[in-house]
Amino acid sequence: MSFMKELTKGIVKENPTFVIVLGMCPTLATTTSVNNAIGMGLAATFVLVCSNIMISLIRKITPDKIRIPVYVIVIAAFVSIVDMVMAAYLPDLHKALGLFIPLIVVNCIIMGRAEAFASKNGVMDSMADGIGMGLGFTLALILVSSFREILGNGTWAGMKVMPDIYNPMLMAVLPAGAFITLGLLMAAINNLKEKYL
Amino acid sequence: MKDKLIVSPAPHIHDFSSIPKAMWNVVIALLPALAFAIYYWGWRTLFLTVLGVLSAVLTEALIQKFRKVPITVYDGSAVVTGMLLTYNISAGSPWWLPVIGSIFAIAIGKQVFGGLGNNAVNPALLGRAFLLASWPSLMTGNCWKSTVAHKLSASSINGIGNLSAISDSLATISPKAYNLVTGATPLKVMQTLRDSTFINTLTSDPATNIELGNKIFNGLIDVGTLKSMFWGNIGGCIGEVSVFALLIGAIYLLWKNIIEWRIPFFYLLTVAVLTFLLGGIPGLPETKYSLSLPIFHLFAGGLILGAFFMATDYTTSPLTKNGRIFYAIGCGALTVIIRLIGGYPEGVSYSILFMNVMTPLIDKLTMPKAFGKVKK
Repeated sequence: MSFMKELTKGIVKENPTFVIVLGMCPTLATTTSVNNAIGMGLAATFVLVCSNIMISLIRKITPDKIRIPVYVIVIAAFVSIVDMVMAAYLPDLHKALGLFIPLIVVNCIIMGRAEAFASKNGVMDSMADGIGMGLGFTLALILVSSFREILGNGTWAGMKVMPDIYNPMLMAVLPAGAFITLGLLMAAINNLKEKYL
Repeated sequence: MKDKLIVSPAPHIHDFSSIPKAMWNVVIALLPALAFAIYYWGWRTLFLTVLGVLSAVLTEALIQKFRKVPITVYDGSAVVTGMLLTYNISAGSPWWLPVIGSIFAIAIGKQVFGGLGNNAVNPALLGRAFLLASWPSLMTGNCWKSTVAHKLSASSINGIGNLSAISDSLATISPKAYNLVTGATPLKVMQTLRDSTFINTLTSDPATNIELGNKIFNGLIDVGTLKSMFWGNIGGCIGEVSVFALLIGAIYLLWKNIIEWRIPFFYLLTVAVLTFLLGGIPGLPETKYSLSLPIFHLFAGGLILGAFFMATDYTTSPLTKNGRIFYAIGCGALTVIIRLIGGYPEGVSYSILFMNVMTPLIDKLTMPKAFGKVKK
């Protein structure tokens, strides 16, 4: 029961992007296309799940005063794995995401979940929390990037979806478009959430 | 009888000014520019303006209905936004450009902040910045030319009057120079000329290059050119070309006390002084400190439209008198910086947007001391 609850809360009720408003940097920077968003979201999810499990396992032996450096080292280890695996098997995506893969180390969602959840809860709950939060983050990225890619490029995940006469709205894929899309989506989702949840 | 007995705090005397009165007066003041635009570019400009206004008004009404607040489209503020936005695009724009621009201006520029009086920046200018970022090819460059052909001959597109005689021979001497003088707007010519490497590539002979550069520059600030710029016989956006028509509207607004003289006066003064001091072409020593140059910069681009109709927007300009002076000087300095060293030929819209954002700070710093207040 509790496992399912921890798993599903990250998707809508405590969505890390739209409700907790964490991890804004990758949300704004990597949502120019759906493919980038999926890549970023899954990479962050992997790191989040692994680091949550590891931090939960060592939570009793971690000295309180140096817990943040300990988390950073744990997270950095998993980020290095993701970085190298991506560079080897998905070189194009690795190139497109660039600096944002190493930057997962200081991703607020992962740090936040380590500090707020994994360091206080059991292994199974922490894993569920990681999966839920990671999926919530991935879905949020896909949602933002869908609007931006369709409006700004006329495609969705590389497939053409707009008719030929559509003149792409360049601003959607520029940084300003990221802020406006994110702001409007956040307003809409929180409005719907208050009404129906 | 009851409403005449309301006890209220001072001031009790008022001049019956109201938002609708101010806004509809601005609409009236903008009409001469529209008339000139129709004269130069035909009825299409009227069609685009009506589309822009209608979409601005409809967007405002729909959002206000959705937000369940009183629908205030009759106050004319959405009409002004729609008109100003359409004045900022070219007469050859596709029909959807003013529509999308107006929707963005009203929805993102105004209603998300809570409607009239709460917007951080001028909605029409935000709409223009959005269109420029989204469809740069439709907002700049060669799109002007096809529309100008309606009334203007090719040599007078930039109003470069004294060059028309030599323009045919210019095509054989230097095709690049010919391209330049038949280019988009006078400001674009000035910007290209300011690029010191450009002059060196006109022909293979350095002396001819300097001579050609001087000729084009003198053509730009020639009395004939300034005259065409005053009447609006040049390339540009729908509402910005005719200084004459805009000044009629500006005088009307000043006479009706809708706008205050400080912002436009100090804005134009700053631009005039700075362009006189710094406006010479780097590669051409003879072009320094020309008295016609400030006049060129005052008449060119959207400066008159911006200074009188956009920088003076009540919501986004400072309340204090000293604050207005700082604000106007800031607008002028930024405009000159963008025109002389920036990547864009024209900087009025961005300078006003930037100073709009600075307005709360200016207000805070220039708030006068209350009478009798002791400084601690």
